[in-house]
Amino acid sequence: MITVENLKKQFGANEVLKDISTTILEKEVVCVIGPSGSGKSTFLRCLNLLEGVTSGKVTIGGIEVTSPKTDIDQLRTNVGMVFQQFNLFPHLTVLENIMLAPKHIKKLNKADNEKKSMELLGKVGLSQKRDAYPEQLSGGQQQRVAIARALAMNPSVMLFDEPTSALDPEMVGEVLQVMKDLAHEGITMIVVTHEMGFAREVADRVIFMDGGYIVEEGTPEELFQNTRHERTKAFLGKVL
Amino acid sequence: MDSSLQVIIDALPLLLEGTVVTLKLIVISLIIAMVIGLISGLMSTSLNRLLRLVATLYVDIIRGTPLLVQVYFIYFGLPVFLDMRIPAMTAGIIAISLNAGAYISEIFRAGINSISNGQHEAARSLGLTRFQTMRLVVLPQATRRMIPTFVNQFIITIKDTSLLSAIGIAELTQSGEIIISSNFRAFEIWGVVGIFYLIIIVLLSRASRFIERRYAIR
Repeated sequence: MITVENLKKQFGANEVLKDISTTILEKEVVCVIGPSGSGKSTFLRCLNLLEGVTSGKVTIGGIEVTSPKTDIDQLRTNVGMVFQQFNLFPHLTVLENIMLAPKHIKKLNKADNEKKSMELLGKVGLSQKRDAYPEQLSGGQQQRVAIARALAMNPSVMLFDEPTSALDPEMVGEVLQVMKDLAHEGITMIVVTHEMGFAREVADRVIFMDGGYIVEEGTPEELFQNTRHERTKAFLGKVL
Repeated sequence: MDSSLQVIIDALPLLLEGTVVTLKLIVISLIIAMVIGLISGLMSTSLNRLLRLVATLYVDIIRGTPLLVQVYFIYFGLPVFLDMRIPAMTAGIIAISLNAGAYISEIFRAGINSISNGQHEAARSLGLTRFQTMRLVVLPQATRRMIPTFVNQFIITIKDTSLLSAIGIAELTQSGEIIISSNFRAFEIWGVVGIFYLIIIVLLSRASRFIERRYAIR
């Protein structure tokens, strides 16, 4: 589904991703963990080219993301993204946030668009908030709307960039629950997270990154119980 | 000698005619200036270096020279160079539009830049193009923030139109000058001219407060 070959990313002289290669299968749920500054968010952002790559190759569903010939706008409709800061559009209602992309990209008619968007809103448990503005919602609710918005274009891949890090602790659970439901539906998910419980319970595979490299990857059991690398052990020792 | 009241009553028809010309100048010039300002503002936030350079040059030239010089240049200077006559009204509208357009361009640039990068990223990650992102996500938010600054600029531009009396356009200030040259009643006439400008501007700023409340930033 997704292949990453020798991905490198530099910001000026700062080498954030040194040499990343991995393959993500269809319907796989992959959690990326690691200390801050390890490059995990940058890695995620390179997958839909929110960050241009310095060198290396990324393909999603057979399409080469990193090729200059690729229509990146087209590709992004197939790759949903959820941000740490939610980034809902504050001038639009909840429903309008979800309907925006299908309306202007797919040219979906209003009735179908509204029906589909209400289904998504129901899925994240916020049907009654359809006409609210983002500022009227709690952080957890905003993030659930952001997930619904990212799903509106029917993406086959969802990227989550620390989706619960900006939330008050009591709201983390509701967002993780929505993500868990999504994982069970069989959508390909890549989740950069500090929620080790979520990684252990939901992930098919966990990737540990540090210093711009993938240090270790494996099933949650392999990574959490039979940790091979010292650096992974040191990190897990601090966070678990 | 006539009473002050009589002087004012006698002057009213001409002053109202001048006011109509002033309002016409304001409305036409500000509409053109908004279009120029939006285009130039978008150019100055573009990734294309050449577009940015053109916008910067335009803004620098306009802001770096006095409006009166711009008016004289367009009305007296350009016709010599182009070998064609430009009517005073046309020259006046061109000068005011270009002048206000440069300041409005900067308002747009600042407004667009005030929208967080996260908004751009969220829109682009959905698959919206750069242009759609600007039109559907960035500008609607930025414009709301810009309303008070726009009104400020509009007020300045309204007052700037009085400079066009220098090229003989019979707008409000010029009407006042014409009346005074025949009746020598400077106190009454300049007083009333001032009050007319005051009324136009106060009405505009009240209207903008209303619009601001209506489209409050979410």
